[in-house]
Amino acid sequence: MLAFIARRIGVLFLILFGSSFILYNLAAIAGDPIGDLRFSDDPEIQAQIRELEEFLRLDVPPPLRYFIWLRGVLGIFTGNLDLGLTRLRLPVSGEIATAMPITIRLVIFATIFAIFVGIALGIVTALRQYSRFDYSMTFFAFLLFSLPIFWVAVLLKQYLAIQFNTFLSDPQITTSWKIGIGLVGSIFWASLLGSKRGNFWKVFGIVFVATFAFLTFVDEANWLTDPALGPVLIGLLAVGIAFGITYLSTGFGNKAALYASLTMAPLTVISYFLVSNSLNSSSSIPQLLRYALITIVVAVAVALGFARIDRGPVVRTTIITALLSGHLIIVDKFMQTWKPYMEEGSVSFRPIPTLGQAKELLTPNEFWISTLDILVHLFLPTIALTLISFAGYIRYSRGTLLEVLNQDYIRTARAKGLNERTVIMRHAFRNTLIPLTTIMVVDFAGIVGGAIITERVFGWYGMGTLFNRAITSQDLNLLMGVFFITATLAVMANLIADLLYSALDPRIRVGSGK
Amino acid sequence: MKIRRKSKEQALEELTIESGENAIANKEVEGLTQWQIIRRRFFKHKAAVASLIFLTFIIVFVFSAVDANFGPIKTKGWWKWSPDDLPDLRFGDCPNDTIGCPTISIVPKFLGGAGIGLGEHPFGQDDIGRDYFSLVMKGTQRSIQVMFIIGFFAAIIGTVVGAVAGYYRGIVDNVLMRFTDFIITIPAVIVGSVIGAKFGNLGAIILAVYLGLFAWTGLSRLVRGEFLTLREREFVDAARVAGASTRRIIFKHILPNAVGVIIVSVTLLLSGAILLETALSYLGFGVVPPDVSLGLLINQYQDAFTTRPFLFWYPGFFIVSIALSINFIGDGLRDAFDPRQKRKITKKEKQNARAIARNQA
Repeated sequence: MLAFIARRIGVLFLILFGSSFILYNLAAIAGDPIGDLRFSDDPEIQAQIRELEEFLRLDVPPPLRYFIWLRGVLGIFTGNLDLGLTRLRLPVSGEIATAMPITIRLVIFATIFAIFVGIALGIVTALRQYSRFDYSMTFFAFLLFSLPIFWVAVLLKQYLAIQFNTFLSDPQITTSWKIGIGLVGSIFWASLLGSKRGNFWKVFGIVFVATFAFLTFVDEANWLTDPALGPVLIGLLAVGIAFGITYLSTGFGNKAALYASLTMAPLTVISYFLVSNSLNSSSSIPQLLRYALITIVVAVAVALGFARIDRGPVVRTTIITALLSGHLIIVDKFMQTWKPYMEEGSVSFRPIPTLGQAKELLTPNEFWISTLDILVHLFLPTIALTLISFAGYIRYSRGTLLEVLNQDYIRTARAKGLNERTVIMRHAFRNTLIPLTTIMVVDFAGIVGGAIITERVFGWYGMGTLFNRAITSQDLNLLMGVFFITATLAVMANLIADLLYSALDPRIRVGSGK
Repeated sequence: MKIRRKSKEQALEELTIESGENAIANKEVEGLTQWQIIRRRFFKHKAAVASLIFLTFIIVFVFSAVDANFGPIKTKGWWKWSPDDLPDLRFGDCPNDTIGCPTISIVPKFLGGAGIGLGEHPFGQDDIGRDYFSLVMKGTQRSIQVMFIIGFFAAIIGTVVGAVAGYYRGIVDNVLMRFTDFIITIPAVIVGSVIGAKFGNLGAIILAVYLGLFAWTGLSRLVRGEFLTLREREFVDAARVAGASTRRIIFKHILPNAVGVIIVSVTLLLSGAILLETALSYLGFGVVPPDVSLGLLINQYQDAFTTRPFLFWYPGFFIVSIALSINFIGDGLRDAFDPRQKRKITKKEKQNARAIARNQA
């Protein structure tokens, strides 16, 4: 195993060396770094060109110049990584250090959403293979595959930002909108949940009435301008979460898990009152993480109190329930911040931005307002990136689950009388996740370098923008710096994916054969 | 999700029904050659067939509209304007005081519309009055050309590299696959931008060739995997014993068996290629003015979206519809080539299968 990893890392270095060498030469040959100076009529131009040539070491031919760059990179082993200077005489590593977190912020939510929604939809389409829902999701996935992101982005900006902001200045949900949204939602959920015809119309009716009632409530309670959950709604939602998670995780047959999860609902309401004072302007991420930790501890204690035997599933179910319902308190806090945020000078009741990554705020130190500002700026890019990337997950998880469902061990599980929920969630779903995990890892590494267009369209200053600048201003060091980071991430992700695969699937032995 | 409890009897019954269904499926393909079976399966995929017809129509329509050149014969095409013409800019009769609005009308007269017709400038005009229909046609031509050239080079290189690596294994395989890894680590957009920044002004064709030289990696991995399994099969041994040369074994015996994988992934590569070209042109690293491409058109007119959305919708419509129909064709081909693929069994066939199962029991 260790020998395998060592060999793989060795090969990995060779690959990085090879591809960076190719790219360096390609870029050096393709670009003319002093091209824009050549046609200048500045009398000092010759001196400037000479100085620039000296700074960029243009006297050394590109294949050799590569090794000057490589010497700086190899400094990583002695602790001082040197990626060189940009053309503006700034260290490349500094530029990347500021750009990297921004890109990660941009892609992380989209990736997580894409994975969750994509896998969920993929599994449902596989379970309803050849149903109308399956066909429409297939069409939808292909449509998303075919959309250029820059095109989607412009549409989103127009309809989800500009027109929605205009709508928010006088939010009146008309009856026709309520009926329209209700119809769309109920058709979706009915085809998702209703397997038989009678069931279809039942779900359809319930969802339609619920959506209509919800939209009326939103309208009457002015939720679009001043939303809040309040303790009652939080309690009700927590009960719903408890039922839902228990159903998916262990089934209602496991009474201990059900009771432990349901206990979380009153505890959530109590903690709502307990923490409401400490969630103020000086809150911070570590504080919230501390609360999450406390939530987990409480959940484990409650679960152990209810479960006598087979404690693992109960503890797991309770922890998931507790975190989800506890997170409602945070959501509620953000909802309460919505109104003050809208009243901020730079927002002035047009909250959904089309460009940029943060606004100048009147109260920059207010944790909730500034965090909400970041989240609001993430809104459009996240939707665009999610739309583009989750179609792949739908198709892939559908295909994998269908393949798994054809396996003999699924037939065995059914034949020995397990109920369908256990067969799907415990036997089929877990085995579907094995190949999906590897894809996720590789995808995440790829997306860091691949958000170039998204960053450009939404005006973010991340890795993509750096890369863009490197190309247009012929900045070789900057280009190689960006490439070095993204390529290292990509090859590392491939290695991790391989190792994960063998860790998750005991049938695959790493290091044998290849 | 509705939970159904399946009893042992049900599971057993399903098993017997399944064997009955297999019998039906086997009966259907009796006495047909491989290609006949594939063609039949493909034509059963309605979305794929519709997409194939649609794509063919688009290609013929677009390439005959403007600058229709067939080798040395150069014609103007059936459309009255060409991208270089500068007709008078229409204004005055446009809604919202915009300029150069589209004249296409699809609402018939008896419904109160202006009748079905293209009019003078069906897709409107751009800022300086150029006919937007001819621009979109020209841009679509470019994008389709680039797409096919990328696909062609990627298919050839990917197949050869994958075939050689998979057939020879050992050190050849190692070297070729590590080389593939080199190419994979360089993201497509980065290569495209570097190449495009330098060679974009040499014309779209050169750009496409260079992009094709970097787009073959995924295909070569697939082909290699396919060759690794196929080379162990008996018919390869038989060919070798009969004295066939290595080249003959690779190209005459193994390759035809791997052609399904190749065709399917090349179609998917094509839809990726048109998106790559449009994305690069959008970033300004792909096709550059005065040439036209769909991504470039969107880039030039995205700011005009609020006032003149048609400048944005039409090129987008062509990108999406081309990529979408190629994806569906790829899906149909995958279904057709995959022997394990189970198609939907109709209710009537299910009853027949049940009857067969009962008779057997």
